[in-house]
Amino acid sequence: MGSGEWGKDPFPIPHCLLFSEESATMKTATQCVHFDSNDDPHCSISPPIYQTATFRQPTADEFGEYDYTRSGNPTRSLVERQIARLEGAEYACAFASGMAAITALTRLVGAGCEIIAGDDLYGGTVRLLDQILPRQGIGVRYVDVTDVDAVREALNPRVKLILIETPSNPTMRIADIRALARVAREAGALLAVDNSMLSPCFQQPLKLGVDIVVHSATKFLCGHSDVTGGALVVNDYDLNRQIAFQQNAEGAGLSPFDSWLLLRGMKTLSLRVERQNESARKIAEFLSRHRAVDRVYYPGLADHPGHEIHRSQSKGDGAVISFTTGDVDVSRQVVEATRLFDIAVSFGSVGSTISLPCRMSHASIPQALRERLAPPPDLVRISVGIEDVDDLIEDLSQAFALAARREDAISAACAV
Amino acid sequence: MATADNKPTANLAPNPYQFLETIALHGGTSPDPTTGAMLTPIYQTTTYRQPAVGEHKGYTYSRSGNPTVTALEGRLAAIEGAEFATAYITGLAATTVLCLALLKAGDRVVLSQAVYGGTVRLLKQVLAQFGVQSDFIDTSDSDALVRALKEPAKFLFIETPANPTLKLTDIELAAHLSKDAGALLVVDNTLLTPALQRPLDLGADIVLHSTTKFIEGHNATVGGSLITRNAELHEKLAFVRNAIGAIQAAFPAWLTLQGVKTLPLRMAQHSANALRVARFLESHPRVEWLAYPGLESFPQYELAKRQQTSGGALLAFEVEGGVEAGVRLMNSVKLCSLAENLGAAETLITHPVSMTHGDMPPQQRVAAGITDGLVRLSVGLENPDDLIADLDQALKQ
Repeated sequence: MGSGEWGKDPFPIPHCLLFSEESATMKTATQCVHFDSNDDPHCSISPPIYQTATFRQPTADEFGEYDYTRSGNPTRSLVERQIARLEGAEYACAFASGMAAITALTRLVGAGCEIIAGDDLYGGTVRLLDQILPRQGIGVRYVDVTDVDAVREALNPRVKLILIETPSNPTMRIADIRALARVAREAGALLAVDNSMLSPCFQQPLKLGVDIVVHSATKFLCGHSDVTGGALVVNDYDLNRQIAFQQNAEGAGLSPFDSWLLLRGMKTLSLRVERQNESARKIAEFLSRHRAVDRVYYPGLADHPGHEIHRSQSKGDGAVISFTTGDVDVSRQVVEATRLFDIAVSFGSVGSTISLPCRMSHASIPQALRERLAPPPDLVRISVGIEDVDDLIEDLSQAFALAARREDAISAACAV
Repeated sequence: MATADNKPTANLAPNPYQFLETIALHGGTSPDPTTGAMLTPIYQTTTYRQPAVGEHKGYTYSRSGNPTVTALEGRLAAIEGAEFATAYITGLAATTVLCLALLKAGDRVVLSQAVYGGTVRLLKQVLAQFGVQSDFIDTSDSDALVRALKEPAKFLFIETPANPTLKLTDIELAAHLSKDAGALLVVDNTLLTPALQRPLDLGADIVLHSTTKFIEGHNATVGGSLITRNAELHEKLAFVRNAIGAIQAAFPAWLTLQGVKTLPLRMAQHSANALRVARFLESHPRVEWLAYPGLESFPQYELAKRQQTSGGALLAFEVEGGVEAGVRLMNSVKLCSLAENLGAAETLITHPVSMTHGDMPPQQRVAAGITDGLVRLSVGLENPDDLIADLDQALKQ
């Protein structure tokens, strides 16, 4: 501080941000930028990275708030509070990956019990449910969760957990969150919603009656392709204690450095998803008009079968769009001909990506379940980033044109 | 990148994209050739193995060049629409290298009166000892500019908008006058970034950034950069950077590269929010005066419209009741953080006289229009209604 005329110490009160009571009324963009509390003694605006394994104890049998980073770490606690706050929830636990979070979730179900899962889930989730859980004596049934009656019929007293995605990945089917929450509560089962596709800026499932929100923080929450992480978010104190117990017992908590990167990424969450949402709407409209496109899967389009339910429970449609071309070779060529869309698994980053889920993110679905659960082979999934939308549409146009020329050349060659 | 004699050269991959949003994500870098990783790896290494004596693959020692830093330089050059960039450990390290590369004892430079206080300290308290003469003038006044450039000068260094008074300097005019005088034009573009102002397109020779501010944008690193389209100037800068060891480190370079990705989005929002807050403060009965280049009431509004795409994040104002009222306001805000920085995602409030500009002599402060009660606000990315509510309650205290 310089030598001003205001005296040596014009600001005697440490100016740290402590506004828990204001937090409830803050708007989302403000919540993204400001962390709930900052008790750092140096008032550092960017929170410290507590890259430490252990914490000194006051005496041999007394523990401070933290003792060992597997059990708890201040940087991780901060990101957990921030995720909970954005979901409008009480508690969150952060994990080393989305799958580590889902694994902890399934630990709430004991041997001899059952899980009902949506029949259009991420391939990695299906792999866990199908190849790991049966070994522990947990039964899994896949149900079309867009049909509330089908879920009701599938319930029995052994069912402890219903796990859904809405919009689902990659076919963007919409489940009625409020109705499923009622059905689950009547049956005494927990309802978990994977909210990775929309982020809390657009959908807050806990406010719709859900028990647990699941996140792959790798996606929109982080948004910069630099963190692999996950989270479970709840309002119930005991449920959070059970999850935190799992986090510690199995050692799957998010590392301090990744927690810090995630905190940094989430500062622009609202800004990013608003832009991505707007660009995705334009791209979905472009795709629906394109003659090479057979069908567009995007809940923001009025002709999407789940459009009305989606709009009743969400404030945005998200940045992931799937489409089919009717021909797996054409789809493949489109994927490979784009220049701005990186061919990559995952979604939700600032950079646009494109993929053929059947061969990529959903290739881990076991052969036996393929026919029922795998996305169509010609389905292309794009995740719209924050590039200029005209650049993105131009890139897709040239990719379609190139794919069409190659197809023409191939048919000409075959005719000869 | 370094050549065999360790002389850094240009690093830019061709930039095929038209729009800044896209360039901020993809310009100037390419995916990792070994693994395809979408993000540039963090090369936390000091040394590089050489295949044979005198042979290397572009890098020998991280003080001379580092692949992560090169990636950042490629991106920074791309967003300013230039070919060359060098990255530094701080903004003042960039200013130091600029001066050491272009000046020798007995040389004279002309600077804006209201430049950042650290720039004044560097010129007046450090470089003056080595025989560099620096004249600080009101570069927003064209007559003063003409007069100052009548005597020989190596470069004209301007900051527009000026910090914290927000007075604008006409970049095109400054470029024209300095060219006639045989001086280079250096523009500190920290406050607006290429998202809102493109000095090289307006005739500047070198753009300087404190990347600590909006470029990285998350208050998580300190850094600087010098960007130019002139290969010869770039060589000189890179030579001095290596000689004095002022290069950016790998990890902050990587964080900055990540921060740049949302720069266009952030700057648009900063400007939109600042305009809302400025309109609120301008009409508040307790605000005596307010300067914001995006307001029609701003004296240089026409110039702002000509050389900026919007008003930017910064605004300056004074509350009725002078210094004491200013202190009360700053101690009463809850959402705005009191801090010696600007350009963060969070709204920061500063009292320049006691904080950032304490090293500027009082006469120079008065001449530059930095009054004792002036409060600077760097408007962040919060929802503007939350900011207005916070300022409103603080102004009632």
